[in-house]
Amino acid sequence: MKLCPKPLTCILSALLLGSASFTFAETAEEKGLAIAQQTKESDKGWGDMEAQMTMVLRNGQGQESIREIRLKSLEQEADGDKSLSIFDKPLDVKGTAFLSFSHPVGADDQWLYLPALKRVKRIASRNKSGPFMGSEFAYEDLTSFEIEKYTYKYLRDEPCGTEQCYVVEQYPVDEFSGYTRRVTWIDQSENRLHKIDFFDRKDAPLKTLTYADYQQYEGKHWRPDLMKMVNHQTNKNTDLIWTNYQFKSGLSDADFNKNSLKRAQ
Amino acid sequence: MSLLRSSHVQHGIKLTSMGLILACSSQVHASAEFEASGKVTAELRLFSENPQYADQYQDANLSIAVEPDFFWQWNDALDSLSFKPFFRLDQHDNERTHADIRELSWVHQGDDWELRSGIRKVFWGVTEFQHLVDVINQSDGIEDIDGEDKLGQPMINLSLVKSWGIVDLYLLPGFREQTFPGKKGRLRSSLVVDTDQAQFEAGNEAMHTDLAIRWSQSVGDFDLGAHWFRGTNRDPILEMGMKGSEMVLVPYYEQMNQVGFDLQATIESWLWKAETIWRNSESDTYWAAQAGFEYTFYGIQESYADLGVLLEYGWDQRGKKTKAIFQNDISVGARLALNDTASTELLAGVIYDVDYGSTSLQLEASRRLGDKWKITLDGRFFSADDSADMMSSMDKDDHIQIGVERYF
Repeated sequence: MKLCPKPLTCILSALLLGSASFTFAETAEEKGLAIAQQTKESDKGWGDMEAQMTMVLRNGQGQESIREIRLKSLEQEADGDKSLSIFDKPLDVKGTAFLSFSHPVGADDQWLYLPALKRVKRIASRNKSGPFMGSEFAYEDLTSFEIEKYTYKYLRDEPCGTEQCYVVEQYPVDEFSGYTRRVTWIDQSENRLHKIDFFDRKDAPLKTLTYADYQQYEGKHWRPDLMKMVNHQTNKNTDLIWTNYQFKSGLSDADFNKNSLKRAQ
Repeated sequence: MSLLRSSHVQHGIKLTSMGLILACSSQVHASAEFEASGKVTAELRLFSENPQYADQYQDANLSIAVEPDFFWQWNDALDSLSFKPFFRLDQHDNERTHADIRELSWVHQGDDWELRSGIRKVFWGVTEFQHLVDVINQSDGIEDIDGEDKLGQPMINLSLVKSWGIVDLYLLPGFREQTFPGKKGRLRSSLVVDTDQAQFEAGNEAMHTDLAIRWSQSVGDFDLGAHWFRGTNRDPILEMGMKGSEMVLVPYYEQMNQVGFDLQATIESWLWKAETIWRNSESDTYWAAQAGFEYTFYGIQESYADLGVLLEYGWDQRGKKTKAIFQNDISVGARLALNDTASTELLAGVIYDVDYGSTSLQLEASRRLGDKWKITLDGRFFSADDSADMMSSMDKDDHIQIGVERYF
């Protein structure tokens, strides 16, 4: 099932393929799912990625706190991605590293390395809704997007900045998610996320995440330089600044095991 | 990393561009990265009771520890060297004023193997209250009584990554003797341990080379480990001796064989943990085990705080004959993490000895201040009246400890 930005292209491709897989009579749920599939499909093939994350945490009084993390991740063909995060700041957690094998269905496998004890600890991944390092990002906001993690409902088309966006509602499948739903804005030209509104377990507005300064890598993969998360209930906010994106630097499964976790520095 | 890897891949490319890539790579090789970090800790211990033994210091003790961390890496991060010395200055206890090389090691990384050589620290195991299978490093017993502080161990460790698990082979030349509090120190046995008179079963004493092998693997929700160790027993037998006209304890280090297993099952909010060892030496052959669970309540009371509840049981086949603390002990603990910006955490644990009816309570709290400071508050409280119980010698050593850590 493919979704097309322009009706004419759709009709043409439908004629060419001689298939009825895409029809205008699809339900809002089907269209929501199709948009999610297209988003995932359009970014496929990134292989492996390294980047530097800087988080600026601000409380209601404007006091700032910095987190610095290096991230490596590896795309998996038939499973969720593998990722390794190494913490550089704050200094008391320097050298702490986090290994995660995400799965589209079921619990992720996660290990934490504590450098002072030289100890690798398998940890429960049930804690999806908890704050990541005291920031406004929850763990579940930072894990890889997998189709099976949500059910979908297309709401409407709407302009977003200079682009035209699909507005799609996503309902987490996992009972331990901190959200009842997320409303996402995805542009129709390049399938990039522009905004997400998060609603808490009581369905009250909780947070808004906006994406800015997209850059294209490898002629295909769009990544934002900045993600801003604002918590409407506490007035706290966190900026997540991405730098030094590197794609296809040759990472393999060997870079994502307990040994690589221990050697993270 | 990218340059070297790609030069492996692109075998077929023209000589000129190959030369260019090599030139680039060698530049990468030449530029070693260096990083220095570390921490300084000041701690104040305050005791609520007068000491049990003559010579022990009174109410308060101040101590400062420095632990810098130097790290170099080169050859596209395939080689690294780390150096981590440790110094402690203690107000009263001359034995606790000590230095150690926690780490001075070179690591070389291959495709599916790693060679780690030098002085290092290794941790094995899964349980929280006791670390039975963690046998490679000697405890730095004067740092704290919980056995979590370790002395650096010289080793050559080849680690092989296979589809069926990670295999670690260890050659351990040289042995580190356990550290004990001195005459003036608190938290010690009734008689002072005279480490200068240490005895060994091995003819070459502390120069004995030990061997170990460990296999570990993750299978679904399970993390498994098995090991075999042959060499000097890290836990000495303490025998009566004399130092001049004074009675002392003299450590005797036997040779031993140990086989052990550890297992953790991670299922939703449950962590099920078990460790067991079989140890054979000239004086004894026995089994011991530590097993239990940790259950975590996430986001308690609609907050972001997590509360973990721990329960573990420790058993030793030798029963009351042993000097081991965990021969028949139930441990209960709670771990509260506020998940706030300051990473505020609180840990409380009670160890109840079923044989002797004694209890010890441990409290550990910490909180970050700004980006570079951390404050800690610890408490240790003992109730042990049976003089046959090892812990009875610390019955008067209830204390709190206030710590300030500065990271750089």
